[in-house]
Formats: sequence, C-alpha cells, structure tokens
Amino acid sequence: MFDWLHAPWPWYVSGPLIGLMVPLMLWIGNRSFGISSNLRHMCAIAQPKAIGVEFFRYNWREHNWSLVFALGAVLGGFLAGVVFANPHPVALSVEALTMFSYWDVPIGAGFLPPVLFDLTWMSVFVMFLGGVLVGFGTRYAGGCTSGHAITGLSTLQPQSLLAVLGIFAGGLFSAHFITPHLFSLFW
Amino acid sequence: MRFLPYLLAGLAFGFVMIKSEAASWYRIMEMFHFQSFHMFGIMASAIATGLAGVTLLKRYERPRTLEGEAIVIPRKEPGRYNFLFGGVIFGLGWGVIGLCPGPIFSLVGMGSIGALAALAGALHGTWLYGCVKSRLPH
Repeated sequence: MFDWLHAPWPWYVSGPLIGLMVPLMLWIGNRSFGISSNLRHMCAIAQPKAIGVEFFRYNWREHNWSLVFALGAVLGGFLAGVVFANPHPVALSVEALTMFSYWDVPIGAGFLPPVLFDLTWMSVFVMFLGGVLVGFGTRYAGGCTSGHAITGLSTLQPQSLLAVLGIFAGGLFSAHFITPHLFSLFW
Repeated sequence: MRFLPYLLAGLAFGFVMIKSEAASWYRIMEMFHFQSFHMFGIMASAIATGLAGVTLLKRYERPRTLEGEAIVIPRKEPGRYNFLFGGVIFGLGWGVIGLCPGPIFSLVGMGSIGALAALAGALHGTWLYGCVKSRLPH
C-alpha cells in the first residue's frame, strides 16, 4: 500500500511538485523559493563580532523562515531516504551504467557511490573542495538550481537565464573533463 | 506557529529531492552526459509548473499571502558577470560532487558523510566569497 512512498518518483510527478514550490512560497509569505542563501545566513550566525565581514553583517533573524525551510529539507531527506528508503539501486540508463564502469565507479545498492560519499581522507577532501566551489559560486551568482533555474526561470528573470547557462557550462566541463579521471585517484 | 508552513514546505522539498533522485550523484552525471531524459524532464516540468502557478496566482484580483499581504514577485538584483561567473564556478563543483545545495541539505538528513563534507566546504566557499566580494566583477 505504501509502495509509492518507497519507490522513486518519475520526473512527471517530482518535477511539477518542485515547480509548485514557487507559487507556494509566494503564497505562504512573499518568499522567493531558494535554498542556498541559507549558507550565507549560517555564516552570518557563526561570524564572530570581532571579525565582521561586511557581507555577513545583517540581521539574519529576519531570515529565520529560510533556516526553518532548510531544517525541513533535512527532515524530509531523513524521511524519504531513511524511513521510506528505496531498497533498489537507481534505475540508470544503459549508457550511464557503461560509462560508470569505464570510470571505475562501482554501482552499489545505494543512492550515492560509496567511494565518494564514505568516510575516507580522499573522499572527504574531494567533497569538501567541490563544496567550496558550490558555496562560492552560488553566492557569487546569488542563487543555485532552485533560486535561479526553477524560481528565476519560471518568473522570467533574464539574470537567472545567464546564471543557468553558466551553471550548465561549468557542469558540462567538470563532468566531462575532471570527474571521469577522479576515480583513478582512489584506487 | 508562524514558521510551521515553512517547515512543512521544506519537508516536502527535501522529500521530493530524494524521491526524484535529483540528489543522486549518478543521476547528475547521467544528466551532464545527456544519457537520460529524467533530470531534464524534472527541470522542464518544474519550470512549466512554476510558470503556470505564478501566472494563476497573478490572475486573482488581489493576490494575498497567508498573512494577508499583497503578493509581489521578488526580483533578482541587477548584475551581469556575477550571474555568469558565479554560475560557472558553481557548475564546476556540481559536475564533480553531483550535489547542488538542496540535495546537500536533504542528504545530510540521510546521514551521508560526503554530503556533510560538501556542506562544510560550501560554508567555507560562501565565507570566502563574502571576504573577496568587493574585488570581483559583478
């Protein structure tokens, strides 16, 4: 009966649900749907008064709603990924499976490749460094996939189109020229 | 109580991030190599639904929020280079770790060590941007 809660959802179910976040957040309280600004708020909370970087000197309490939203996303991840976990591996295309075997990436039962997401020096180093690029880039661009690709494009904002083009160009480059060679470092 | 709608919306968002497999590293690599329609279908249908939803919202004579304010669609700040360069830098990271910020939060909820390392990195990257912001083209 609850099979649909364990199974992954097809794109035509999950896509519209993600898109509904845009009018939903507007309706709840005139908020722009987006998640990456929370990284800035967290820095603002952690910033010691003595250092005082201008970019993090603002009243983060006005953005409490956003931090609550992020907390919800963490809880939602726990529910969907642990309580209602999908017992099967991701149903990838044959082309992708072939590519991953060329890359020396094992396809486990899980959601993420263990070599990259488990606790080893190498994986933590790579994930941290990639995270630095994600954090730096999203704040420089003023948004991530949710704020620019979903909210920005669906409210027809030209700046977001520029950001999405940049995001895709950067992602194409690293996914084709960096990531395929990454896994030889692990073995 | 005022925050409950945001908590529920966040919960739904995090849940869909996992169930859509948008939070799967494999899915993101598959997308950047154009090997499946899955992620493109998600993006396209999400944008179409958002556009339709916002259009319908504007159709109301006086659209109001839950708290009774008039609905105004927030506009992005003006700029040019920051959107492009910032996007490229974010994309470079995304193409390696296969996670954008939404999935980072929901995977932290799943207890993923890799996502936790990515979150720590993303906070440092955000901090770094705050420190050098004035020297960058915007």
